[in-house]
Parts: sequence; C-alpha cells; structure tokens
Amino acid sequence: MTASHVSARSGEPLVSLEHVVKEFPVKRGSVFTRTRERVHAVTDVSLEVRSGETLALVGETGCGKSTLARCVMRLHDLTSGRVVFDGHDISTASHAELQPFRRRMQMVFQDPYGSLNPRRRVGSIIGDPFEIHGLASGAERVTRVQELMQLVGLNPEHYNRFPGDFSGGQRQRVGIARAIALRPDLIVCDEPVSALDVSIRAQILNLLTELQRELGLTYLFISHDLSVVRHVSNRVAVMYLGTAVELAAVDDLYEHARHPYTRALLSAMPVPDPDRSAAREEIILSGDPPSPLDPPAGCRFHPRCPRVRARCSLERPALAAAPGDAADHLSACHFPVADHETLATTIAGQGAA
Amino acid sequence: MKPAANTTVRSRGPWELAFERLRHDPAAIAASATLVGVLLLAMLAPVIASLVGHGPDDQFLDVGLSPSGIPIGPNRVFLLGTDSLGRDVLVRIAYGTRVSLLVGVLASALAVLVGTVVGIAAGWYGGFVDRALSRLMDVVLSLPFLVFALALVAVVGPSLTISVTVIAFFTWASVGRIVRAQALSIRELEYVQAARTLGASHTRIMFVEILPNVTASVIVYTTLLIPGAITAEATLSFLGLSVVPPTPSWGNMLADAMAYYKVAWWFVFFPGAALLITTIAFNVLGDSVRDALDPRRDQATPISREDAA
Repeated sequence: MTASHVSARSGEPLVSLEHVVKEFPVKRGSVFTRTRERVHAVTDVSLEVRSGETLALVGETGCGKSTLARCVMRLHDLTSGRVVFDGHDISTASHAELQPFRRRMQMVFQDPYGSLNPRRRVGSIIGDPFEIHGLASGAERVTRVQELMQLVGLNPEHYNRFPGDFSGGQRQRVGIARAIALRPDLIVCDEPVSALDVSIRAQILNLLTELQRELGLTYLFISHDLSVVRHVSNRVAVMYLGTAVELAAVDDLYEHARHPYTRALLSAMPVPDPDRSAAREEIILSGDPPSPLDPPAGCRFHPRCPRVRARCSLERPALAAAPGDAADHLSACHFPVADHETLATTIAGQGAA
Repeated sequence: MKPAANTTVRSRGPWELAFERLRHDPAAIAASATLVGVLLLAMLAPVIASLVGHGPDDQFLDVGLSPSGIPIGPNRVFLLGTDSLGRDVLVRIAYGTRVSLLVGVLASALAVLVGTVVGIAAGWYGGFVDRALSRLMDVVLSLPFLVFALALVAVVGPSLTISVTVIAFFTWASVGRIVRAQALSIRELEYVQAARTLGASHTRIMFVEILPNVTASVIVYTTLLIPGAITAEATLSFLGLSVVPPTPSWGNMLADAMAYYKVAWWFVFFPGAALLITTIAFNVLGDSVRDALDPRRDQATPISREDAA
C-alpha cells in the first residue's frame, strides 16, 4: 500500500507496455463446420507512458488503439506480454491484487451517453469510486462529490439529477469527475471528445489540460483526430493494424514523419488555410486496411504502401530510430521517408486524381 | 402542469416520470381501479359473508336449492345465486378471490425473483455459467406443465403451497431468458466498463449497474405474468390439483358448475367473469406500464428541460 502513494517522478516511465499481444478468438460457421480464427487486435506493441506526459495513440478505426488502452486498464486480459504499472506487473494480477492500482488509473470513455448509467443520479455515479474503495461515506462523500463537480465545471446543485438531464459535454464532465475522484496518476482518455459537438470539444480539452496541470495527471490519450492530438499531447504513437508504426515527440512527428502511413495520415488532416491547403502534399491510400483476421506478412502496411519493395512483404520492420533521428523518434519502416521526399509523386496516377 | 419551484435541484427520475405518465393514462386508471376492486373483494370477503349472513361453506339445502335440487338464480337473499350444494356464489367468489390473488402474486413474485437473479448471472458471467443456466432454462421451458403438476400432486397431495411452487417453477425460466438477453447487451455498455475500471465487484455490477436497467422490463413482464399465474391456478383448481374443497376457488367453482351450465348460468358465469375481468385488468395495466416505461420516451429529456427552465 505504501507504494501506491509514491508516484513515479516526472519523466520516469509510469506505465510500460512490453510486447503486448491481444487476440480475440472468433467462431465462424455452424456447429459442424466451425472454424476457430483469431482477430489480431494488437500485435507486439511496446511503449511506455512517462509520468506527467500526455502520450497520444492515433490511428484509424480498428487499428487496435482502444484495445491497447483496455489492456492497460485490464478490461481485457492480455494474450501475451506485460503491462508494468509503476514497477509492478499488473498483466496477470487478480481482482483483489488490482484494487490498489485501480485507484491509481482511471478511464474517460468515448460515449458520454453510454458511459453513465441512465438509471442513477450523477451524484451517486461520481461517488462510486469513494464507495467502491470505502474512502468516504455519507455527508463527507456528498461534499467531496460536490467539490469534484465544481472542479470540472458542473453546478454542484445538480447532484441529484440524472444523466439524461445533461448535454453531451456536461455528461463528459461527469465522466471526468468520476475519473479524477481518487486523484489517480494515470487517466486513459478513449476518444474523449470525438462524440461531442465541435463547439464543445475545445472546452473539454481545455478542462483536461487544466486538470493535468493542477493534479499532475498522466494521460494516455486515444484519438483519430490529429488536430486534437497536436493540441494536447507531448508524444504521439501511430498505430496501424495492431502495430505501432511510429513513436515520436509531437512536433518531431508532425514535422519529420518517417513512416509512409504517418505521412498519409498527416496529409489527410484538414488545414484551415486554403492557400496552404492547396499547396500541401496529398497522399491518397488505395484500398481498405486488411482484415485483422489475416494480417499481411512482413510489414503490415506493405499492401497499401506507395514505397513498397520486396523486403517489405518478407521481413517485419522493428520500431527503432531511423538514421539521423533523435533517439526517441522511433519508426517501423525499412525505407523511412526523408524530410525532403514527397510521397505523392511516388504513386503516380493516384496522387493526381 | 403546475409551475414547479425552479429552485429544486432534484430532478424526477425515470420511475417518477413513468408514474406520471401512468397517472394520465385512462386505461391504466381503469385497470388499476378494477384491481383495487378485486383486492377489496378479497379483503372484505368475511365482511360480505357477515352482511349477507352466509358463510362460504354454508349449505342452504332448503332455501338455496329448488325443490328438485337445482341451484336457484340471483335473488335478494343470494345476490349471485347459489351453487349445486346451495352455497352463496357471491360469498364463494369473494373467498375464491383470495386464493387467486395470493397464488397469482406469490407465484409471480417467486418466479421473478429467481428468474431475475439467474438471468443477470447468466448474462453477466457468460461462458460456462451462461451455457449451464441457459440449458437449465431450456429444460424447464420444455417440461409439460400439466403432466408435471398431475404427477407431483399425485405424490405429495394438493395444496396451496404446491400450486405456488409449481406455477413459479414453470414461469421463472421465461423471466430468466428475458433478463439474460438484456444483461448480455448491458454488460457491453461503457458504464459497466467504467464500473470495472473502478474495481467494482461482480455483485455490485450485477445489482447496482445492471439490475436497475432491467427492472423496467421485469415490471412489465410481472404484470403480464400475474394473470397467467391466476389462470394456471384456476386450471389446477379446476382439475382438483390446488386448494382442497370445500375451500372455494374460481377454478373449482367452474369445475363444479360444469354439470349445471344449462340450468344455472349464474353458477358458471360469475366465477368465469371474475377470472376474466381480473386477468384483463392485469393485462391492460401491463400494457400501460410498458408504454409508460417505453425506452424511446426514456431517452427524451424535454420534460426535465422544462423543469430546469
């Protein structure tokens, strides 16, 4: 228990993912022709979240970023690999062994309508962490819940309302209040603003940023919105089809992306300035991401990669610093893209369309 | 709508809103009034008996039967006529109401209790627990009700307890299936995931997170279950498998009346009407409750917004 009150120092790894693999078995066909297949949701991902930082996980829908976050929260059991939280391997911990860590890591969910029980009053929902961990009861719990409501910008008088009485943005504030109730070290934000109106997003993002500063929180921030990620994060990990393809400090990644997939993602980011928008590189990837039931051999991106060569389909590239890059700029590509290169010209015919 | 004090910070919950809708539904009011009447009839049975001066088992072989031994029709002394043994049909119906309501409510309550717990456990735990409990429910639902009841009564003898047990045993599985299906979809929702990340126990998730969200459909189903149980009790009584004569029940009155329906319509009509009115009232109430708890209306928030304004 003593360990649970000692936070990792700023910059030290708070959570380390070591070769995390998560596969889901699926059954197909009738009883007689049943085949067992596996969805390779996350394949051999290693990265660490440093204390006090915001690490963003980006990638398109189905790339495994949410699955990875749920593995960290132990909502899923890992197929293999380890999750180390502040020096303790929690990947095989039992329900009871996990309890002290549950207090130190919390999650903010994507859907503000689905993440709050519609039949319970918000005061009781926000008070859950205190009740479950037996930390405060009665009038004290009410006081602490109302303090939390104030902290996240909700009217404490709305203690006895139901989630249905609130707007999406307010509900997300309720979810955030519940997550910070026990003053955790880590908060996993699973697309916390993607279900909200654009006009509300900035408010919630600013709230998250303020809370991080006030409470010294560490965020694992999942998003598919690169503009949001640039705004909130310190480092960014790009995922494609269950693997991490690039990991770098945020500015480094946006300015010097090495992986062709990262370049394609960045080129899809809307630019508010029409002059710059017209001038910039535009990469249009052909086809859909392959099925995670049967991922391609070698580099997972090779069937869609504009720079694909023979080696790419044979050998899986490791996540490592490309020559000339900073030590913490890792990319998983045999043929990393240099700064001056443009990919648009490489895919003649398609880029022009 | 009266202008609620706008300083109030306690918003009305889904239940209060549903109750409010129910209060403005004429069908629900009519059905509830009917059921209150039926309840009063059951509670006041001894009063009725003392008012008319006839006990439920008193036989009036002289004034209650015609000289040829045929039951006599409704008159000032016997308001709903007499039965084949010269007993007062009104008083016997009133006492029979007690049996019907008791068995109907007790059996349904037992079935709902067991069905809800089993259904939530199957839906939440999934895997082996789910497969075992689901197969158990399949087996129960495939057993023939009457054959099983006949066999059981042949062994242990007819009684009220047996009726309640048998009816509950044959209905809990249908509750269980409904609850399981709902629990199965609720367990995937994010608020259940949130409870897990907070470290909530299985019991807490099942009863604090899932139970309140299946309650609405369980309540609706219960109001539809009760008339079924009442009818089942009447069936068992009709076959002589429930309460022991001379204790009156609607079912055994109908059985006694079978031989007389051509000459004494009141003997079969009134117990049958009591059964019919009660079951219809429960069914209508059940429909109204379902409408009041309609999930599509649940999602709508305008009523609360009005309060907030």
